[in-house]
Amino acid sequence: MNDLWQAFFKAISLVVTLDDKLLEIVFLSLRLSLSAVGIALLIALPFGAVLALTKFPGRRILIVIINVFMGLPPVVVGLFVYLLLSRSGPFGVFGLLFTPSAMIIAQVILVVPIVTAITRQVLEELHHEYDELLRSLDVPWYRKVTALVWDARFSLSTAALAGFGRAISEVGAVMIVGGNIDHLTRVMTTAIALEARKGDLVMALALGLVLLAVALGINLFAYSITETVKRRHQ
Amino acid sequence: MIKYPSILPLKIESLNYEAGGKQLIKNISCEFNQGKRYLLLGPNGAGKTLLLRLCHGLLKPKSGKVMWSLDKDVKPKHHQAMVTQRPVMLRRSAYANIDYALSVRGVDKAQRPDMINAVIQRTGLTRVAHKLATVLSLGEQQRLAIARAWVLKPQVLFMDEPTASLDPPATHSIEELIHEISAEGTTVIMTCHDLGQAKRLATDVLFMFRGRIKEMSSADAFFTGPQNDLAQAFLDGQLIWWKRRPDKDDVQI
Repeated sequence: MNDLWQAFFKAISLVVTLDDKLLEIVFLSLRLSLSAVGIALLIALPFGAVLALTKFPGRRILIVIINVFMGLPPVVVGLFVYLLLSRSGPFGVFGLLFTPSAMIIAQVILVVPIVTAITRQVLEELHHEYDELLRSLDVPWYRKVTALVWDARFSLSTAALAGFGRAISEVGAVMIVGGNIDHLTRVMTTAIALEARKGDLVMALALGLVLLAVALGINLFAYSITETVKRRHQ
Repeated sequence: MIKYPSILPLKIESLNYEAGGKQLIKNISCEFNQGKRYLLLGPNGAGKTLLLRLCHGLLKPKSGKVMWSLDKDVKPKHHQAMVTQRPVMLRRSAYANIDYALSVRGVDKAQRPDMINAVIQRTGLTRVAHKLATVLSLGEQQRLAIARAWVLKPQVLFMDEPTASLDPPATHSIEELIHEISAEGTTVIMTCHDLGQAKRLATDVLFMFRGRIKEMSSADAFFTGPQNDLAQAFLDGQLIWWKRRPDKDDVQI
């Protein structure tokens, strides 16, 4: 038990003293996850909006597929991306396997269904609420979309956060396509897995603490924005 | 006052509407003229709200026509507004709700603040202007819905039971607003279930029953002696258990 406490305090010390190795892993994790979420938002927000606001054949099936994809096993996604990017795969010529780019691709595939599903749900409900008013005002479709997205911005930020949560905490897919290479593709989750297996609990715990702090910080930030806006209007 | 060419009279011709295999509006023809306050009366399910929505273009008729007095430079939809029974509020401040309606109609950004402040003052919403619209009381939301419609200076204002579920003071303030809007030349076409309110507001009454207009007359004529026996039964509060007189077989019920 004493060893555990010692490891815990040493881990805190690593975090407080801003250990170089720790920082390198943390910044790489944040860079990859934020990039993946940014790209996923560019794809998922318009896709979710189209699913929410338009009717076309096969829409319902598409919604079911998206909902199923929300629960995609990361290792399967990792394997799929691995096969696509491996030298004998269709995109092998780009030489992306075991690079941060491959990890971003895997994370984008994992995040897009989550953001799309939440965006569709949020916008569809709001559209249902606003529809009569917007039609009464004869609002053109592009202004409808901007009004809905603007008024749903806080709910949509939840979608982005859910996506970020999925990306930053993911281990299986990024391990397969990134290879957990030191100074290149080692991120917090893969490093924790490696260090724990090696028995280096100090580094594993330190990274775990940072991972928790990042998740907590981002959620607190989103919560404070929502509360500030609410207070301003009351 | 109205600056654009009038989109009135509104002529309804052989209007039919069907939903779920049931014909809910049956061969309605009528005409609405400028500057009047039309009250659509009738029991629940008579088709009053449907008729408003068909006139405003929110529903498409199965057959028949809704004809505005068209001018090539005037888009009828842009000279009408509607206030619904349960007001739909954008998730923004009361001020921003009104601003949005003006921006959609292409009103210049510099002109909007004066117009918004004026309508907010006239509807008594100054105190809550910067509050989130969705947290306002139902009465305040209804006044905001009216303000949002009024600021557009509509030639025709459709109102679907605007005082349903409001207390007497809130109802009174809405009625005053309706009189003010009408005094500016806007034609008001509204539904209600309150005969007292209908007497206070209406210049003309349309009595509907099961998807048909049974009587259309001036408010005075309607309330002193309606021609239709169903309308008389409605005024007497006897429509539910009312039986047709044997000599009145002109209407299929």
